[in-house]
Amino acid sequence: MSEDKTEISSKEAWGGGVSPVKTSYGKQMMWFFLVSDALTFGALLTALGFMKHRFADVWPLCENVFYHFPGTHAHLPLIYVALMTFILIVSSVTMVLAVEAGHRLDKKGVIKWLAATVVGGLFFLTSQAWEWDTFIKGNEAQSTAFLLPSDNENIAHLRFSDDHFVFNEDGLGKPVELAIQAINSGEASLELANKSYASKAVAIKFLENNAQQIQGANLKRNEYGLPLYANFFFCITGFHGFHVFSGVLFNLIILVQVMKGTYDKRGHFEMIEKTGLYWHFIDLVWVFVFTFFYLI
Amino acid sequence: MERDDLIKDNEYALSAHHSEDAGTKIRKKVWIVTALLTVLTGLEVAMGIFLSERGTITWQMVKWGFIIMTAIKAGLIVMEFMHLGHEKKALKWLVLAPYIGFILYLAFICLTEATYIFAGEW
Repeated sequence: MSEDKTEISSKEAWGGGVSPVKTSYGKQMMWFFLVSDALTFGALLTALGFMKHRFADVWPLCENVFYHFPGTHAHLPLIYVALMTFILIVSSVTMVLAVEAGHRLDKKGVIKWLAATVVGGLFFLTSQAWEWDTFIKGNEAQSTAFLLPSDNENIAHLRFSDDHFVFNEDGLGKPVELAIQAINSGEASLELANKSYASKAVAIKFLENNAQQIQGANLKRNEYGLPLYANFFFCITGFHGFHVFSGVLFNLIILVQVMKGTYDKRGHFEMIEKTGLYWHFIDLVWVFVFTFFYLI
Repeated sequence: MERDDLIKDNEYALSAHHSEDAGTKIRKKVWIVTALLTVLTGLEVAMGIFLSERGTITWQMVKWGFIIMTAIKAGLIVMEFMHLGHEKKALKWLVLAPYIGFILYLAFICLTEATYIFAGEW
């Protein structure tokens, strides 16, 4: 090649001679990408907020769902999720340290911290796989949610007196015994399709004969409550998990390039900064998922 | 298409280099931020476990506590870990202003509207 067509001077690269915000092109574009990606997550979390508000009185409490911990049967609400959060924070810290080492042109330091970040990411992914597995399989002893058959045209739904606790074919659940109790005490009644109410005896008999136990979770129904609850769980943590997966992949690629000496030749380790931004973004999103899905 | 990493003497990348001494200071700050993030997360988890009574006034306060702590954590990550607090003002506001403005509006309108669809059959 007669001319080095891939290398241009900084003056040529920018129309005005300088970068308008005094950062390199790649870093700016990473920021713009992150803003748009953050809007996607923002939309998902806002949709979650909308539905949580709409079904505020029946939305399952996460401390009643996520209390398992590998290797023990103890009741440890939210502890496992907290551990996952901590793993992600730590891997974010190792990424900052990798970037910092890069600024000192300390190749060994970059390799050490970047490798630690990859390990942290893999740790998080494994934890998430375990969490999904536990969520999907459910608890045999606890599977008290039940379902009314949707093919019974005569039955509209079971209505509690406050109008919000409703059992129907969507699988919004409360224990059968609780429902029977509620009918006995007059708190709930079985509404028929013609808007009249079944007698107590008929309603209880119907529940006993037709209520179907649900265990675990899928996209249509789950033992924890509203189908929407599991749907949001799968959608939001899944989308985030896929980001973590691609983040680990990017970090691995960069790690190999650092080891090959690509950035020594280039004279700077800015690539670490760029993938670092993406990696911190993953941590940032998790902070919000943790608060708005698990805590509130 | 030219790629920025193939720009000769990328001044913006090179100007980010720092000395060993500066590095020590930066690392110290990183550990402080880490400690803060960990403490806040621990506090959130403790509140989540022990204060789970929904629908009370205390719960309203706890909820706002979660949101404020989350905002602080997010601020620490974006400003320190992602270094946005130390970038040029123009870049900082180019990223923050549109996002914060839009998402606050979206959250406000969705949560407000959600309270109007309570009535009726579903």
